[in-house]
Amino acid sequence: MSENIKILEEITSSEYKYGFETKIEADSAPKGLNEDIVKFISAKKNEPQWLLEWRLKAYRHWLTLTEPNWQNVNYPKINYQDIIYYSAPKPKVKLNSLDEIDPELKATFDKLGISLDEQKRLSGVAVDAVMDSVSVATTYKGKLAEQGIIFCSLSEAVQEHPELVKKYLGSVVPMTDNYFAALNSAVFSDGSFVFIPKGVRCPMELSTYFRINAANTGQFERTLIVAEDSSYVSYLEGCTAPMRDENQLHAAVVELVAMDNAEIKYSTVQNWYPGDKEGKGGIYNFVTKRGICSGVNSKISWTQVETGSSITWKYPSVILKGDNSIGEFYSVAVTNNMQQADTGTKMIHIGKNTRSRIVSKGISAGKSQNSYRGLVEVMKRAENARNFSQCDSLLMGDKCGAHTFPYIEVKNNTATVEHEATTSKIGEDQIFYCNQRGIGTEAAVALIVNGYCKEVLNQLPMEFAVEAQKLLAISLEGSVG
Amino acid sequence: MNLTTTEELVKTFNENSKKLSPAQSDVRKDAISAFQKQGFPGRKNEEWKYTNLAPVLGRDYLIEDTTTLNKKDIDGLLLSSLEANHVVFVNGNYNKELSSVNADEPIVISDLSQAGDINEYLTASSITLNDSLTELNTALANGVVITVKKGKVVSKPIIIHFVGDGRKGNIFSNSRNLFILEENAQATFIENYSTIGSNAHFSNNITQIVVKKDAYATYYKIQNDAKSDHVGTTQVYQPEKSNFAATTITLDGGIIRNNLNIRLSSEYSEASLVGLYMVKGNTHIDNHTLVDHAKANCYSNELYKGLLDDKSTGVFNGKIYVRQDAQKTNAFQSNKNILLSKDATMNTKPQLEIFADDVKCSHGATTGMMDEEPLFYLRSRGISEKKAKALLMHAFAADILEYIKLEPLRELLDQTILDRLS
Repeated sequence: MSENIKILEEITSSEYKYGFETKIEADSAPKGLNEDIVKFISAKKNEPQWLLEWRLKAYRHWLTLTEPNWQNVNYPKINYQDIIYYSAPKPKVKLNSLDEIDPELKATFDKLGISLDEQKRLSGVAVDAVMDSVSVATTYKGKLAEQGIIFCSLSEAVQEHPELVKKYLGSVVPMTDNYFAALNSAVFSDGSFVFIPKGVRCPMELSTYFRINAANTGQFERTLIVAEDSSYVSYLEGCTAPMRDENQLHAAVVELVAMDNAEIKYSTVQNWYPGDKEGKGGIYNFVTKRGICSGVNSKISWTQVETGSSITWKYPSVILKGDNSIGEFYSVAVTNNMQQADTGTKMIHIGKNTRSRIVSKGISAGKSQNSYRGLVEVMKRAENARNFSQCDSLLMGDKCGAHTFPYIEVKNNTATVEHEATTSKIGEDQIFYCNQRGIGTEAAVALIVNGYCKEVLNQLPMEFAVEAQKLLAISLEGSVG
Repeated sequence: MNLTTTEELVKTFNENSKKLSPAQSDVRKDAISAFQKQGFPGRKNEEWKYTNLAPVLGRDYLIEDTTTLNKKDIDGLLLSSLEANHVVFVNGNYNKELSSVNADEPIVISDLSQAGDINEYLTASSITLNDSLTELNTALANGVVITVKKGKVVSKPIIIHFVGDGRKGNIFSNSRNLFILEENAQATFIENYSTIGSNAHFSNNITQIVVKKDAYATYYKIQNDAKSDHVGTTQVYQPEKSNFAATTITLDGGIIRNNLNIRLSSEYSEASLVGLYMVKGNTHIDNHTLVDHAKANCYSNELYKGLLDDKSTGVFNGKIYVRQDAQKTNAFQSNKNILLSKDATMNTKPQLEIFADDVKCSHGATTGMMDEEPLFYLRSRGISEKKAKALLMHAFAADILEYIKLEPLRELLDQTILDRLS
């Protein structure tokens, strides 16, 4: 056992790999939040009047709300006046190709392992890189445009496709939805916009990389994906941030719209800075993610691997409105040290023959707290709705906690809803078996955890699955003891 | 009296408070002011999210101390025919004349207001997950303390009949009872709810059960009365290694909320919680359970099954709490529901909160309609649809009835269920 403890100490002292800060001159707003800041952001982005009014409306609504406190996480009160709401890498000129990007910036993304050049040449993944909530580069835009696919930053979309943005922005997550959605609606700075026209199958994975760089800033990006009839898109999202002692707020909104026969696959590998061993610093990841299957036979699938953030608090949801639509949620949430996670999903069955599947794997180590909170609601008219949920928790160490809060509301008798949950630990016999065959304790844990999460990792696109597996191993290093 | 506001209740309390003994009056005064501050729980309250008391609170009620009911009235109630010790409460007050307890049984029944050393159980804070209704009960309720003597076995079950005398008007009653099983004692308690007359009976009850070292308590709660609305909390303390088994059967009622909280605060204790709700009409049945594993090596098993017909609503909220010290805990929970009609609703919230790593905990919940395949099997053998369904429902219920060790009670309930299905 003592050897295990030694390994534990060694590894938990290993640093957050992505914790560097890039010295890029940034154009930022003064600290604090008021109507002038909202107007400042809007003006900076040269936005049309309707969007400014929309933002102001959201801001005024936000003022009437109080911060929610029902979740199973603890954090000191956030001072919303101590945050910089807008920070853009400077100079912000319109880029035509990757070569024109600030070399410093490019180096940052290289360090992160998303070399934009390389990605473009080799992997065939179109990347939209967002730093401090401003989109800095989008690859493969031209090639996608040939098929009529729009993949660009949201601010660009506001300029070039205002009618689409106006139609869908806030249609799934209204600005009045919740405290953080209202805040985001007021001050969102950028994000990605994806539009897949009728009958088009997006030929490559679309990907956005988010990074918070400047100190004291909050990241408030907004992603909007619209898939028209019979289209398909797979979208990936990755996140990192520098190491800092103070906590930073990340309050994003993601909206997905799937029309008749359309399919959206949304994958997230979230690796925001989780704070140090004592829980100092780290990102507050308070995100509203929701998709609507508005058409018949449509499908939305959320896959998430959550390893970072000092607090993760989000529930990617699917509103199954169209008949025969399908919602899926696959999640691995890992918490170590002082991390807290309260995450899960909502599946709202409205249409007939709608199906949903939830697979949630929670892993808690150190002194962390990991909660699954989910809602499965079958409305009165949702004939033959079907849901299966499985929430498993794995505990490592005796100081962490694993919690499940499922809500199951069934108002139609033709529905079949199943939920099961288990809590367990890695068996000593399993470790022993590996040790005996010459696999070190550390590697054995990684092996077992990967097996435990396989069901979810299998859902990820290949490039991401490899990264996610490595990330899991790093996040859990040293948590055996 | 109207319950939509707290005012009239507080006034009633103040009128009665002069009669209280000084030892208890402080506890009760604190409780009434706490209740007054909170009011009745609304649906904003997470624990009351699915249960709306407004239709119950909207009626006019009488709080009555006296009754004209006689022995004959009581003899007509469900379970009265069982061979047992019958303890009768009318309108929330213990009625010695109507009760019949075998003098040879090793039990002592004393009035709550006369009982000594029980103040620790009297405060509202002695209830985990207490709410304003607990405070109200603490302020207003009367009841008894039943003590089972050390090392003794009570040979016949103790049936507590909560009767509402609804002949003059709607009755609001509050009762508070404490059952203490001394070391190595054994007893079976049955709570039964009924109403006489045509008006409604809203009972707000608390039962506290202390199961001391090596004692074994069996507890049944039977609800089969259309005119009963009920909010009840059963708080079980297992301070030392002991065994407790609860069975809650709800076959009829208005709006019913059963809270069952069990605290396993010593190693090697065991608790079993099972429940069956088979409701129709507009009945609302809410089962709230909490099993608090505070110490290591304890075992708890929970199984609740429900059949919901017509416009009935079911709620199951089961929480298992495993504290950091409670290593080697085994805790299982399962909730299975069948919706028999288009308008029935089921809300399930099984919760696990676990702070220890070396545990085996699981929960499962299912809601759906009756399985087609067994139905087809029976029909293909010439059994009518109605009969086949009845057979399957009976089998579904039988899973829970099997837990009832008291044979006459099991037979009686089985017959009640069969009558309803035919």
